[in-house]
Amino acid sequence: MTDNATHPELHDYPTARLSVEHVTKTFETQGGTVVALQDVSISIREGEFVCFVGPSGCGKSTLLNIIAGLEKPDSGRALINGTPITEPGRDRLVMFQEHALFPWLDVIGNVMFGLKQKPNLNNHERLEVAKYYLYLVKMDNFAHANIHELSGGMKQRVALARSLAPNPKILLMDEPFSALDAMTREQLYGDIQDIWQKRKKTIIFVTHNVRESACLGDRVLLFTPHPGRIREEFEVSLPRPRNINDHDLADLSQRITAALKGYNQANECD
Amino acid sequence: MKNIAQTFIFFFLLVLIWAGITGDLDFLGIHCTLWSPYVLPSPSLVAQYLWDNTLNGKLPLSMLITLRRLLIGYAIGLIIGVPLGMLAARFRMMRNTVGVLGLGFQGLPSVCWVPLACIWFGQTEAALLFVVIMGTLWSVLLSTENGIRNVPPIYARAARTMGSSPIHTLLFVTLPASAPFVVSGMKQGWAFAWRSLMAAEIYVSVISGFGIGQYLHYGRELQRMHQVVGVMFIIILVGLLADKLIFSPVEMWLHRRWGTARD
Repeated sequence: MTDNATHPELHDYPTARLSVEHVTKTFETQGGTVVALQDVSISIREGEFVCFVGPSGCGKSTLLNIIAGLEKPDSGRALINGTPITEPGRDRLVMFQEHALFPWLDVIGNVMFGLKQKPNLNNHERLEVAKYYLYLVKMDNFAHANIHELSGGMKQRVALARSLAPNPKILLMDEPFSALDAMTREQLYGDIQDIWQKRKKTIIFVTHNVRESACLGDRVLLFTPHPGRIREEFEVSLPRPRNINDHDLADLSQRITAALKGYNQANECD
Repeated sequence: MKNIAQTFIFFFLLVLIWAGITGDLDFLGIHCTLWSPYVLPSPSLVAQYLWDNTLNGKLPLSMLITLRRLLIGYAIGLIIGVPLGMLAARFRMMRNTVGVLGLGFQGLPSVCWVPLACIWFGQTEAALLFVVIMGTLWSVLLSTENGIRNVPPIYARAARTMGSSPIHTLLFVTLPASAPFVVSGMKQGWAFAWRSLMAAEIYVSVISGFGIGQYLHYGRELQRMHQVVGVMFIIILVGLLADKLIFSPVEMWLHRRWGTARD
């Protein structure tokens, strides 16, 4: 299996624009009502790589779940190519913080799971597609391994292949690398940028790591909690592929961190 | 290999002691008969009984009759128990009703159903099956419910985002995810079914066929203890074979897949 895989499915690069309009979401907890999101609006271009960054409780994962269709907003709406999102769909696949791979299937079985529900492909084609994506995430030598035999980084690679295989328009990544060690993460930063450029997807990447967001995103949206809202936007125009250790990145992540600190101090004065 | 050797030597010594105290080793000059043969028959008497009655076809025929009852009763227990367990896991109402019923009945040794079964069904196959089903059903129900409720919710969320319908998620995610629990419940159900059937066959004589439990019963009536011990051997053997040939391989596979294997 190489880069010049032949199936037409692999030469189809669906993508989508996304908009979030005045979304508000509250949760009832034992400590009272938490406003996870308050009147949040975003517009994301086709093929854009957007990072949501912020401390825990700022609503970034909640917004991701709303876009995924796993949760419903109290008011406002999210739209994909102008169509309101009401339920989960194959056009928006989610990669979770925990790999969520199925232990009763082997690696290739996991990658095939979403593909099997895709009509207009026969099983032979599905296998070809699955193998291509395993190759893309550099896991093609582990097609028949059991999930528990893989390291944390390999599991997330398989999870990435599983999310990519049904060829979604949007890839939603919910802190996918936060449980990994720094060296594994650095490799994945390079790989995810490479895959994004090859597959031309719209990606939303949720993280609490400021530097990570600056390294990966075309645009970084800084979220702050109580109530959850977008505090500031940062365009990142640095050339790709970017390395997490680049000096220019350090400057940018300092600016983002400063904005977050400014918010914290302002809040302490209240 | 070492495992097999240890097991083999242990049983060899056990039989040797048994032979020694029942007079089977007289030819070695060991004259020791602690009990008369109708209290503790010697290994040679038991072996003779098993050999003769295997050759004349009585034991194989009764095994067929017994295994048929066991398999039918067990299968019905699974067919009712697994779906009920799934419903109990899914709906609180089912958990509060059928779930509690299952918990109660599981604590009831199924031989307690024998008197009622005889009145309801008479001395028939149905009475025996009923007792086996009552032994299987509840433990299968409870372990299925427990298994499904232990499935991490993130599996279903992941499946939904990949386009799985609720039915597809149940069949291809929730059920396989709960397999380790369901299989251990099936194993427990099998053990209960086997015990129930032996108890039922000892209690109930059925004209439609002489099961091996009934041979044990008549061995007692006729003071033929070598027959009793011989049948006990068969009962143990069936239990061991079912475990080693059916359940162990499935459990091994599960453990290997899930990464929970122990040595």
